[in-house]
Amino acid sequence: MRSVLTALGIIIGVGAVIAMVGIGNGAKAQVEAQIASLGENVILIFSGSTTSSGIRTGWGGAGTLKIEDADAIRREVPGVVGVSEEVVSTTQVAAGNQNWFTRIFGESADYFDIRQWPLADGAPFTPQDVRSANKVCVIGRTTATQIYGNESPIGQILRIKNVPFTITGVLTPKGLSPQGVDQDDIVVMPYTSAMKRVIGGTTLRNINVQIGDPAQISAAQQQIISLLRQRHNIRPGRDDDFTVRTQQEIAEAATATSRVMTVLLGAIAGVSLLVGGIGIMNIMLVSVTERTREIGVRMAVGARGNDILTQFLIEAVTLSSVGGVIGIICGIGASALLSTYAHWPTLISISSIAIAFLFSAAVGVFFGFYPARKAAALDPIEALRYE
Amino acid sequence: MKRFLLAQSWSITSLKRPVNERSHMNNGTLVRLIDVHKTYRTGEMEVPAVRGVSLEIKRGEFVALMGASGSGKSTLMNILGCLDRPTSGSYFLDNADVSGLDRDQLADIRNRKIGFVFQNFNLLPRTSARENAELPLVYSMQRLSHAQLRQKANRVLASVGLAGREDHPPSQLSGGQQQRVAIARALINEPEMLLADEPTGNLDSRTSVEIMAIFQQLNERGITIIMVTHEQDIAAYAKRNVIMRDGVILQDRAVSLQTEATTQLQQSSALTI
Repeated sequence: MRSVLTALGIIIGVGAVIAMVGIGNGAKAQVEAQIASLGENVILIFSGSTTSSGIRTGWGGAGTLKIEDADAIRREVPGVVGVSEEVVSTTQVAAGNQNWFTRIFGESADYFDIRQWPLADGAPFTPQDVRSANKVCVIGRTTATQIYGNESPIGQILRIKNVPFTITGVLTPKGLSPQGVDQDDIVVMPYTSAMKRVIGGTTLRNINVQIGDPAQISAAQQQIISLLRQRHNIRPGRDDDFTVRTQQEIAEAATATSRVMTVLLGAIAGVSLLVGGIGIMNIMLVSVTERTREIGVRMAVGARGNDILTQFLIEAVTLSSVGGVIGIICGIGASALLSTYAHWPTLISISSIAIAFLFSAAVGVFFGFYPARKAAALDPIEALRYE
Repeated sequence: MKRFLLAQSWSITSLKRPVNERSHMNNGTLVRLIDVHKTYRTGEMEVPAVRGVSLEIKRGEFVALMGASGSGKSTLMNILGCLDRPTSGSYFLDNADVSGLDRDQLADIRNRKIGFVFQNFNLLPRTSARENAELPLVYSMQRLSHAQLRQKANRVLASVGLAGREDHPPSQLSGGQQQRVAIARALINEPEMLLADEPTGNLDSRTSVEIMAIFQQLNERGITIIMVTHEQDIAAYAKRNVIMRDGVILQDRAVSLQTEATTQLQQSSALTI
């Protein structure tokens, strides 16, 4: 009974470690999946900030990126497999007696490959559509349900700023972005059509570039920077009027937050493991005192100090390891409950189980050592006489 | 100086003591203490417990170490049992000087050469008689298989009349049976000598005689026994009585009329019938 209560400290500690790290890893994996949904090996070039009359416009405000810049990247930067010129707007769209406020993305035909965003239904617009600025578009799942309900939107006419667009396809659902934006609430059309018929203007908000080989990303990033500086006539020493971000950098920023969370949760759980360890030390000290006579007998019949030390260490480690195993089971159970009922994503890795188990055994050794050494140092005569 | 001479003179008498007939069969000196002192230090005070004891015990002897409490007999017993080291003087056990050995070496000597029997039995609770008896083998240098341990423990338990009780924990055994388990534990490593500290102190008189019968049988078989007791009639089962007072040996004499425990048991059972 007493051993069970002692092991309970370790059970709770290890269980907490497993569950907490599971939650943290789950959150991290979710964020990583969302980052991956941006596309693979992607470099994002944002139109930069300019200062006019002392007012800085922020990214995308300056309109420094031209269609020709994208063409130049397509032509001159090695390793580029796809480029999508991007313009973005929000506007009211309507069909029949339904209307909806949504985001308009003007893109090139490469966009669906770059974002790794296949169509659920229909076909994407073609490079020909882009060249001719045809009035075609592809819509996201949310937009489709909001306007057409259960009807198929393929071939239907969608009026955007009173311009009729033919819907050629519906995108597969992608869910929320890391920022919490519904990525499926979207209309994607050729950027030429968007610039000419919906948004107006001649500059791009950003350019999405996909690189074939991940090893070439940083080289391509440098080449894009120098190419654009040259094209924009920026003298050395002056700031860029654009910003180049790789997907890697964005992912790092996003996962840093969840990593902090994992560490924090792990630390809290670690403290409870420490408390469990102190419990073990306590019970072992009591045990050594209670069994002083037994230790004396063992010494009298020839046990060396090391034999006694080993015996008590093994007992402490057994106690903490059994607690650790039960704790691992409890932690897995708790994580399963959390993901079932609270819909928190949890991810329990083999390595976190192994670390938790080794750690609980280490707690046993660490907190069992002092009582065990105390037992081993007993004088056999005193121990035999102990009442 | 006078005390020293006194101690010397006793050692001479003990050396001169005529050898008991039975111990001829396994001759040779097993224990030799030369001017052993033991002083305990409590704070500033030095308390002498043993003040110059010289003693020689041959193989096959059955010695009762007697004396009132505080006479130093327990301290001497601890030294003989290699549980404690003398402050000065030498202790030769089986012709090897053990007075300078460290803790681990002493543990090894205890394991191989000495079997202990205590007043309060000192068996491990919640542990079967067999496992209690096996205990010294666990710490032995020779590694025995589980089956060998079991076999050896069963044999030694049978030799003290506990066949069939191997699986009983101490709580299910009578005092006499518990002491037999303790004797089995002491014997399992085939030690040079058996050290018994008041082995009958917690037993009634009939059980005491039974235990003494076992001791005498073991002694017949050539095992050296040193037994601490303060009871005159228990000491009479031994062949030699060493009486201590104030840390020195007061008297060392052969028992002229050894009580035969077996005959006594036969007589008493004949009487009850």
